[in-house]
Order: sequence, then C-alpha cells, then structure tokens
Amino acid sequence: MPNAISTSGLTKRFGSTLALDGLDLSVEAGEVHGFLGPNGSGKTTTIRVLLGLLRADSGEVELLGKDPWHDAVELHRRLAYVPGEVSLWPNLTGGEVIDLFGRLRGDLDPRRRGVLLERFQLDPTKKTGSYSKGNRQKVALIAALASDAELLLLDEPTSGLDPLMEAVFQDCIREVKAEGRTVLLSSHILAEVEALCDKLSIIRLGKTVERGTLSELRHLTRTSITAETVRPAQNLTDLAGIHDLEIDGAQVRFEVDNDQLDAAVGRLAELGVRSLVSHPPTLEELFLRHYGDELAMEPERVERERDSTPVRR
Amino acid sequence: MTSLTGTLPLTRFIMRRDRIRIFVWIVAIVALAALTAVGIEGVFPTQAALDQTAAATAHNAAAIAFNGAAQGLNSVGGQVAFQFGAGGMVLVALMSIFMTGRLTRGEEEAGRLEVVRSLPVGPHANTLAAGLTVSAMNLAVGVLAAAVLIAQGLPAAGSIVLGASFTLVGLVFGGVALLMAQVTENTRVVYGAAGAVLGAAYVLRAVGDIGDGTLSWFSPIGVAQKARPFADERWWPLLLLVAATVLLVVAAAALAGRRDLGAGLLAARPGPPAAAPSLGHPLGLAYRLQRGALLGWGVGVLVIGISYGWIGPTVDSFIGGNKALAELLAGAGGGSLTDLYFASSFRLIALLATGFAIQSALRVRSEETSMHADLVLATPVSRWRFATSHLAIAFAGSVVLLAVAGLATGLTYGLAGGGMGSVPRLFGAALVYAPAMWIMVGLAIALDGLAPRWVGASWLILAACLIAGFLGPVMGLPGWVQDLSPFERVPQLPAAPLTILPLLVISAVAAILTLVGLAGLRRRDIGRA
Repeated sequence: MPNAISTSGLTKRFGSTLALDGLDLSVEAGEVHGFLGPNGSGKTTTIRVLLGLLRADSGEVELLGKDPWHDAVELHRRLAYVPGEVSLWPNLTGGEVIDLFGRLRGDLDPRRRGVLLERFQLDPTKKTGSYSKGNRQKVALIAALASDAELLLLDEPTSGLDPLMEAVFQDCIREVKAEGRTVLLSSHILAEVEALCDKLSIIRLGKTVERGTLSELRHLTRTSITAETVRPAQNLTDLAGIHDLEIDGAQVRFEVDNDQLDAAVGRLAELGVRSLVSHPPTLEELFLRHYGDELAMEPERVERERDSTPVRR
Repeated sequence: MTSLTGTLPLTRFIMRRDRIRIFVWIVAIVALAALTAVGIEGVFPTQAALDQTAAATAHNAAAIAFNGAAQGLNSVGGQVAFQFGAGGMVLVALMSIFMTGRLTRGEEEAGRLEVVRSLPVGPHANTLAAGLTVSAMNLAVGVLAAAVLIAQGLPAAGSIVLGASFTLVGLVFGGVALLMAQVTENTRVVYGAAGAVLGAAYVLRAVGDIGDGTLSWFSPIGVAQKARPFADERWWPLLLLVAATVLLVVAAAALAGRRDLGAGLLAARPGPPAAAPSLGHPLGLAYRLQRGALLGWGVGVLVIGISYGWIGPTVDSFIGGNKALAELLAGAGGGSLTDLYFASSFRLIALLATGFAIQSALRVRSEETSMHADLVLATPVSRWRFATSHLAIAFAGSVVLLAVAGLATGLTYGLAGGGMGSVPRLFGAALVYAPAMWIMVGLAIALDGLAPRWVGASWLILAACLIAGFLGPVMGLPGWVQDLSPFERVPQLPAAPLTILPLLVISAVAAILTLVGLAGLRRRDIGRA
C-alpha cells in the first residue's frame, strides 16, 4: 500500500521552543490512523505542517506523494481538514460556512450535506457567533464529511461534542473508512482511538515514541488478572514478569508482562481456578507508560499513581 | 459580595496588561500639544505676526471649518487652542472609544470576561474597572496637557480650560462607547458606531461654526470650544459635558442590568440556511466580510463630503476685502481660497478614508490571527488568492470612498450655489488621492508579509501623515519631513494643476510594497505568532 502521509525526522522550532523534534509518521492509504499525545506534544504543529501552513525546519514530509509546502493548492483539492479549535466568522450562518467551504473545495454534495445536518442535528440558520464550541465543531465536521476528499486531517475533532454526537461521528468515520478513504485522527480521547483506529502513533515532546497496530502495542504492556483459586497463589511469587501481586486468601490480583502470560495462567491452573477476569491493556496504560515520567521529579508518587490507577474501559 | 467586588484588583490588572498602550496614547497626545505650542511660537515670533494671522483667519471659512470658531487668535494660547484643540479632542475621543470598547465588549466577545466573572468578582466590577482606567487616562491627558502649556509660559486659566476640555470630551466619548458596547455584541460595531458619533460631532461643529454657531452646541467638541480657552474663558459649558457623561453612563448601566453576559440588546436573528452564490470564492468571502465596514465608512465620507460641499460657497464670501489673507493666498500658489479649501478638504477626507484602507488590508492579518485563514487555506485556495481578495477590497474600496466624497462634495457645492460645473473638477480632485491611499495599503501588507507582529505600525504611519499634513506647518516641521507623507506629494487639486508623474511614482511604490508583502506572506509560516 502506498503511504498517504509519510514524514521522517521532522523538526520545527518556534523561537526557543522545539515543537517537533525529529517526528516520524507514516499513514497508509485507506487506514484510520490515531495520532495520540498530550497537550503541547506537537500534534497540531504536525498537522499544520501537513497542510502547508508551516514549513518544517528540517526532515522529509510527503502527503499523497507531494510536498505539502509547494503543492498546497493541488493537495488541498484532495483533503479536508477539521481543526481542534474551530473559529468561524461570527456573522455568517452555519449553513453559509458549510457551503463556502464546499464551494472553495469544489466538491460540495448537497444531498450528503442535508443528511449530515440531520445526523448532527445542526441548525444551519444560526449565526456561528451564537454557536457553542460543539456546534462550531459540527460545522467544520459537516463541511469535511460532505466532501469526497480522499484524506481527512482531523485535529481533536470531537473535543466539544456530547456522547451522542461522538457516536454519530464514529459512525461517519467508519463509513469514510469503508469508502477506502484515509483518516488521520489526532486525539487524546483514548476510547475514540481504540474504537476507530487501525494503527496509531504516540508522540510526546515532538517525537514519535510508539507506533503500530493496537495489538502490536498491547504486546508492550501488561495484562491485569484477577482470580479466585482453591489454594492461595503462593506459587506466583517467584515467577518473572509478575508485578503488583496481591494475595488475599483465595483472591489474587496481579499484572503480568504479556510474554509471561502463558506461564502465569499455567501456574494459576495448577491451583484450581474458581473465577478469572482478565483485562487487556488499555491505551490509557500505554499512555501512562509514556507519560508517567513527566512526573519524574517525584518518582515515588508516579509509582504510586501508576499502581493505583484503576483499569477503565 | 457586592456587584463591584474585585474592581480594584481588576483595575490594577488592566493597567498592568495595557501599560504600554496607555502610556503611548497619553504621551502622544500630550507631546502633540507641546509641539504645537513650541511650533506656534516659532512660526509667529512677534505680536504683529499673530495679529496678522488672526485677522486673516477670522475670514478663512476653510480654517474655521477644520478647526473651530476664530477666538483669541492674536495670542499664542488662542492659536494652540485653534490649531490643536479640535484635533486633540478627536484624538482623546478615539483613545476613549478604543480603550472602552476593548476593555468591555472586546473582553466579553473574546470570552475572557466569562472566566473573570466565574471568579468572586461582582457583575459590574469589570465595567467599573474599565471606566476607572479610561477616566484616569483622560484625566492624565488633561492634567499633563495643561501642565506642559503652562510650562511653555501660556496663561494658566486657558491652559486648564483646554486641558479640561480634553478630559471631558474624552469622558463623553468613553460614555458613548460604553453605551454602544451594551447595544451590540460585536466590538467592531462598537468602534464603528461610536466613531460615527464622533464624526457627526466634528461635522456638526464645522457646520455650526461656519453658520451662526447654534449647531455647535449639539457637538461635544463644539461645546468644549464654547468654553473659549485663552479667549475670556467661561467654565459653564464644561458642565454640559459632565452632565452628558453622567447621562451616558447611567443609560449604559441601565442597559447592562437588562442583558445577559455575551448578549447584546439586539437579539441575533436567524440567517440564511445556505450561502448565496457570491459566497463561493475568496473574493466573495472578502467582500461579504468587509462590506459592513465599507458601508459604514461610505456613509461617513458621504456626510463629511456633503458638509464640506455645503460650506464651500461661503468660503469666498468670508474673505471680503481682507488684504492679509489675499497675500497669504498669493504666497500659497495663487489658487482661489475656495480651491485651497477643497484641496485641504479632500486631503483630510483621504487621510480619514485611509483608516478603512488600512483596516481592510489588515484583514489579511486579522483573518490569520483569528484562525479563519487556516480553514480557508486548507481548501484549494492559495495564499496569493486569499490575500489578494482582501487587498482587492482595500484598493477598490479606497477609490469608492474617494468617489463618494468627491461626488457628495461636488453635488452639494453645486446645489448650494457653487455651480454644477464644478462637479467633475471636484470629483477628480478627490480621486487623485487614490494612489496615496494605495501606498498605505501596500505598507500594511508589506508589514504583514515581512514583520507580521508589527502590522500595528501602519496606524502610526497614518497618524504621522495626518500630523505632517495638518500640524506640520504650525509645528514648524521642515518641508522635507512633511514631504515624506505621500499625501503631501499628491498634486493638491483643484488648487494646483494636475501632474501625472507623482501619481505614477506613488502608484508604482504602492505596487512594489504590495508585491513585497505578498512574497513575504507566501514564504512565512501562517499562524497566530
């Protein structure tokens, strides 16, 4: 598969801040790619480089086989963009803005526009100045989704949407994917990325720290297991790759490195298992692994927080 | 907690945040007053020179229309009040309008006030803090202006009355802006509406001073001049300004109590669910975004043009047999007084209309800082097309405003008795300023392309051109400094013959600046910083 987006060693400096520090990103055509990182990690800067709004200081960047700085106009016929903070002209109505973007791009589909207005429940006669953040976001989303752009660049597109609208958004992205289009979805909402993305890249401080499919990345972390056994699970104490072991009578709770999962389950089976619950590692755990050291000033506190973080899904 | 809790910390915060802006406004206005006083002593070194100019000016309707009634002109103080009084009051009014709008509706529109109001801060604290800040600025301008004039050796009573006029006119227009800030949701509209009231005040005074003076009483600037600084001062007209300020503030407070945060008094109406066909390309968008401003400025120059045209036929009759003025005219190139009057009228109108030209050119920048440009540039619209669409409005809008002013002046002059034959002549005399306005558009976009943080300097350059054109002679600025302003290089039609070369040179410079700016814009990063 050819790459829709590929960057390598991208750097961008604003004054004394290094916003991108050798960022690598590759997105294959037709995939929904999650682009994760905490605030200020360089997600928006990367997307603005991909749009040709910023010129990278060094590194390679290619978008749909072209250079986003030099071929911006040509590329923009083939992509649609939704910013994280949608700022619109307050005295234009939502409907006017959607039409404007559709016509500037030249591929407004009026039927799809109508359907999307309905699905996102947006009143197109209201001036955008009176819209909430979520409604402004919907305007940009509808304008992008009503196009036939082959690449969607979405920068935290759901940050103002309520859960109902979030579900509509996820349906729309699945449809886009089914049509074979490519999506770069920047987000820090992990559930959204888990639900939608084939692959993901995690960045922090302007560098890619992890990339791969969700299951590839899960190999990098631990599975949590809670079990009730006939005999107390004392035989786990000497096993390598077991962490945070708590034995409370028949109850046992621990985390295990995924390459030791087989061994650990084998030992449990020897004890006679009455019940067993296991959680695959969530993105949140992946995240904490990468960003936990942001609190490196207080290493003990980090350990404690990491250990006490409940597993949420 | 009362409705004013938190006023003092907020005031301190505003004064700290805006300290440079506050400082520049105050120092600039006071410095201009001081420079005018110094200049006048140099230009009229003897009492005989003062007597001569006083006699001439009393018959110069043009000067009276621009500056105010001729009073006390045979003294340095009277000349300072005449040459700088009206202009200074306009400046103080602009200072109050911009500061008040920015600190009240501007904060509210940006959503910052919401954050402040979520703190233990009373609902009226921010407004009062803004009011205190603007009042303190006006007081500082008045006190310092009076102090520098006294230090120049001018009579204390006159200096204090002139200083008090500045303070009080500033307060009145602060009140106007505060009232407008309650009525509309949009800060730009606050500036526009309060600016329109200021323009009306200036024009009413001009028409009143040329006539029997009655209309001047309806203008805060006219009322302030009725206090006659340096010409047998009387204090009571200033009380009218105090009363006007109190009324405006009370009205604004009453309205503020009846609306929600973020809302205006005029509820937003629903608009069209789909875009008109014209809103499908960058030029259509630029026109849509700027047509309100163009319309507002158009109405402004229309009213000024009508007023100046109306005054026109009076200008020659004022001269009568005044020998001093006739000599002055002969020295100025021999044109008739009416022609000279129209030449300065159009120069002033062109300088004012340049406010639109710069605002319009800087839309390229404000679209960028408000992140609107990101959305447009993410579609297949090049930076060149994005910027030139707004610049097209700036260039064409300049011509439209001059045409409106020229036609309005010519037609009114014709109807008022000047003869319809002058219409094309005056139309041309207005249009001749288009290249000078284009240079300012070029400067604005060149700054945007090369040094986007410094685009605000465009306004300083316009202010410098205004000073060079209108205060330059009385401040005794050397000719070459005055000639740095493109507006002084334009042939002063209809008093001087039309020469094409300066117009071509000015247009060429405007074109080069524009191309430099566009090239810079294509090369740099797009974004807020």
